[in-house]
Amino acid sequence: MTATFVVGRQVIAEAARRKLLLALVLLTIVVIALTVWGIARIEDLRSAGQPLSEAQRRTIVSQLLILVMFMFSWVLSLAAVFVAAPAISGEVESGIALALLSRPMSRAEYVIGKWLGLVALVLGYAIAAAVIELVAVQAVSGYQPPHPIEFLAFVMGEAVAVLTLTLAFSTRIAGMVGGVIAAILFGIVWMGGIVGGVGAAFGNETITHVGTATKLILPTDGLWRGAVWSLEPAVVLAAQTALGPAAAANPFFATEPPPAAYVIWSVLWIAAVLAVAVWSFRGREV
Amino acid sequence: MASAAAIELAHVTKRYGKVVALDDLSLSVTSGVFGFLGPNGAGKTTAVKILVGLARPTAGGGSLAGASFGSKASLHKIGYLPELFRYQSWLTAREVLALHCELAGLERSRWAAEIDRILATVGLADRGGSRVGTFSKGMQQRLGLGIALIGDPAVVLLDEPTSALDPVGRHDVREIIRALRERGAVVFLNSHLLTEVEQVCDSVAIVDRGKVVAQGVLADLLRTSSVRLRASGLSREGRAALARFGEIDDGADGAILIRGVEMERIPDVVSEAVRSGARIYAVEPQHETLEERFLRLLGQ
Ligand SMILES: Nc1ncnc2c1ncn2[C@@H]1O[C@H](COP(=O)(O)OP(=O)(O)OP(=O)(O)O)[C@@H](O)[C@H]1O
Ligand SMILES: [Mg+2]
Repeated sequence: MTATFVVGRQVIAEAARRKLLLALVLLTIVVIALTVWGIARIEDLRSAGQPLSEAQRRTIVSQLLILVMFMFSWVLSLAAVFVAAPAISGEVESGIALALLSRPMSRAEYVIGKWLGLVALVLGYAIAAAVIELVAVQAVSGYQPPHPIEFLAFVMGEAVAVLTLTLAFSTRIAGMVGGVIAAILFGIVWMGGIVGGVGAAFGNETITHVGTATKLILPTDGLWRGAVWSLEPAVVLAAQTALGPAAAANPFFATEPPPAAYVIWSVLWIAAVLAVAVWSFRGREV
Repeated sequence: MASAAAIELAHVTKRYGKVVALDDLSLSVTSGVFGFLGPNGAGKTTAVKILVGLARPTAGGGSLAGASFGSKASLHKIGYLPELFRYQSWLTAREVLALHCELAGLERSRWAAEIDRILATVGLADRGGSRVGTFSKGMQQRLGLGIALIGDPAVVLLDEPTSALDPVGRHDVREIIRALRERGAVVFLNSHLLTEVEQVCDSVAIVDRGKVVAQGVLADLLRTSSVRLRASGLSREGRAALARFGEIDDGADGAILIRGVEMERIPDVVSEAVRSGARIYAVEPQHETLEERFLRLLGQ
């Protein structure tokens, strides 16, 4: 147990010492400053010479926020891939793992310690960045998305899912290769979500099933849909729902949150992939 | 599988695909400093990795510090310096040592004193606050050696501990190993430096291609020596008879050298030579160095 926490703490210490945390803080400040400035400029927009109505402004801000948060979720997920990909393989390759694993520590403690450290790192960053962004947007525009807590939970779930998968790769393959594979899978699943949506729009069952399958194989896109739904104000939801099933193809839109069963599936999926990572590293000779 | 021996390998075989790294290797070390000697690729590192549970034997088993390989009970009692010594470059030497103190289960109140002691022992007292990433290779190996000494382990496994060290460092390592023996620790020393082993080991095993080719107390292994014979009129049959005692080499001065003859058998060699009609001018027993013995064993 102690070993797990020591390993986890080391992950965060390394990120701090290698100035990863500093880089994240600085870049996030830039991004938040830019979006806040952009949203503040909406005041200046004119429609046929007239200032925008409150409802129009609200819609534009909400759509902008969804775009910004979409980028945020991608950056978060890819950052999770980058930090997790070399987390174990790097220490095995460099030889750092030799001295660590010859201490009284099981392989499970090592893998779970790494996982906890990475999850703390990624979630800590996600919460800090998202809260500051949402508060800043509300301060300049008065707009607050309807379900900010759910939004955070879905985005964090997305990042933890891809992080766990990448860590499982890291128990066996070099960081660069594992990272590339995880990033590509993440992209494929995102496209699978769109393809499935197109299938739903045209009532094609086979194509819809492809989308459903990718959502189950890696729950990132499915959770992203939940995040989008959490950001949609009622007006937008009503307008888009009126478009019928065609809206399902739009990755920046969701008519309803993922069902509870899907959320449970995602949690089980993460636990199962973590178990596979432990099992895989048990058999790894270093 | 508990056993009285501190280090026990019983019929351990390790295969990497077609490569046989260890071939039915058995050894047992109960006390003192044990030298595990062999050329590159002999299987020394593989054996140590199996002992500490970093690699798994294909067949066979054994124990380290009275518990099975890689078990927590075993790892609590050992210190290990890997052949590839690399530590967290972003931490200071003190922080790396503190990390290992914590993982080794030392009480927090003892860390500071333990770290000071270790840094002084390995000659890094004035560099404890420096980042490991700024250390020279030799300094990193010293740090690794220090890590292996944390908490006074009962068994210390050192995989080529002087590979990156200068002569002063090598001397220091010998002193550290002697101090370990004095306090009753068992030391497993992997090396291909025979002089190093000659100076500190109580017993050795010589390993080649995964097999032990000779094993025992160093003095016994050294007792076998060779003899120089200056003789004339040695017939071909006589030469063949002498070859039964050991491997024959022709010296530059016309003398012959018979290797691997134990002291007690030298009179037999002489009488055999005389019987075959040779005239003997000189018989010179030669003390064989471990180096020569080593090369001869590997040549077999
Ligand atoms: N991970 C591995 N995969 C494949 N083969 C390996 C692996 N580790 C070791 N071997 C092989 O096992 C044999 C023994 O290697 P080992 O590292 O134990 O030798 P060594 O005695 O420590 O040599 P050196 O003096 O060079 O350190 C070699 O033939 C090596 O190629
Ligand atoms: Mg070696």
